Amino acid sequence: MLKMTPLNQTHRDMNAKMVDFGGWDMPLHYGSQLDEHHKVRQDAGMFDVSHMLPVDIKGNNVRDFLRQLVANNVDKLTLPGKALYSCMLTPQGGIIDDLIIYFLSETWFRIVVNAGTADKDVAWMLKQRDQLAPGLEITPRRDLAMIAVQGPHARAKVWQVIPGSQAATEELKLFQSTVVNQYFIARTGYTGEDGFEIILPAADAPAFWKALHAAGVAPAGLGARDTLRLEAGMNLYGQDMDETRNPLESGLSWTVDLKSERDFIGKQALLDTPVTQQLAGLILLDRGVLRSHQQVLAHLDGTEYQGEITSGGFSPTINQSIALARLPVQISIGDEVDVVVRDKKLRAKVVKYPFVRNGKVLI
Amino acid sequence: MSIPTQLKYTKSHEWVKPEADGTVTIGVTHHAQELLGDMVFVELPQVGRKLAQKEECAVAESVKAAADVYSPISGEVTAVNSGLESEPEKINQDAYSAWLFKLKPANAAELDGLLDAAAYAELLENEDH
Repeated sequence: MLKMTPLNQTHRDMNAKMVDFGGWDMPLHYGSQLDEHHKVRQDAGMFDVSHMLPVDIKGNNVRDFLRQLVANNVDKLTLPGKALYSCMLTPQGGIIDDLIIYFLSETWFRIVVNAGTADKDVAWMLKQRDQLAPGLEITPRRDLAMIAVQGPHARAKVWQVIPGSQAATEELKLFQSTVVNQYFIARTGYTGEDGFEIILPAADAPAFWKALHAAGVAPAGLGARDTLRLEAGMNLYGQDMDETRNPLESGLSWTVDLKSERDFIGKQALLDTPVTQQLAGLILLDRGVLRSHQQVLAHLDGTEYQGEITSGGFSPTINQSIALARLPVQISIGDEVDVVVRDKKLRAKVVKYPFVRNGKVLI
Repeated sequence: MSIPTQLKYTKSHEWVKPEADGTVTIGVTHHAQELLGDMVFVELPQVGRKLAQKEECAVAESVKAAADVYSPISGEVTAVNSGLESEPEKINQDAYSAWLFKLKPANAAELDGLLDAAAYAELLENEDH
């Protein structure tokens, strides 16, 4: 039996094509994935991301617990409402999950984790809590729904729908959040566009979704979510990284704080392990479509190097195929490589990502 | 979406239209494009290439996946719809007019072994369950 979000029937009523996404019955698209992608880049689209799990951590000294639990430094969170992207690591430095931490008060932090990893994440947090901070209360919030409204006009459309929200959220900077009545509103997302991620009581989700739709926000499925995040150069857990990879070889060095004195789970392993691989962007020069797991071959100074595409696909905004690939660190931006696609080798160029941000092609 | 009765079909979701001049026109079915979603890339065979029946001869790729296209019968490629290379979405818009390639059959009797519309409809019915 597949798990369902509070919006399951709403998706079906809107003729969504539903798919099994890691045990969740989720909308892939509502007709055309490409149209939904363009709608988000040019106007406003909304995604049901209620399969992701908010986890509330409450009690005295939550901050001190999180200093040890995650690789980024929660001391960067000084203003209430501020958010931080981080990895949670194994002692070996492998990525258990990537997550967003919201600082609400010194006695209440909220962490939003991926759907597929939610159970193991909570189990890991409880285990660490028992050892490091037994007084803390850790509560998975399956009573909440989460809707991402994304696109250049996303915020304005949310303001039309939630009374009083414009005044409360107009001044929010990226990675800041606030609460308006029953809505927890964060200026975050997974598309490379402006917008909000909104957490609300599950029972309110269908009416809120319909109100957004009436305000001109297009429903968008997991298909568009994937092409948008790939263009935005954002990692997908399970594809671009997992427990066998550390953040330093997964394009996530910027999320790891190795400078402060603070110790955290996985830190020693990261300091001890030489970085031999990197996550790089590829743009296809030939015709075709790059896909995950395709082999990448590079020749430099008479040596052959091998890598692998971790996420590949067609970029609707660039109208060409792009990919993230795990490559040896010897390969540099600007190098040309071969990608093995069926019985052919196609030429691709190593580029700096993100590929697209705020509607603009960057490569 | 109805299944045109004047066409023949394969289990791998190609359609085949016998033309008056003895050639056949080949495409992928509405059901195939629906499964794949928005098409973004099409690779077509070379004109003049001789194909065996069920030989892989073209690729149709959507945002979601790559699908091989198999030649429904043996023969020689006489024309390809190269317009699809820049506008693969035409397959989504109307799969039965967005043909991929034309063949001069090597053995016209192979056409008799293909599915008719009723048999193809039954195949889809069984796939759904």
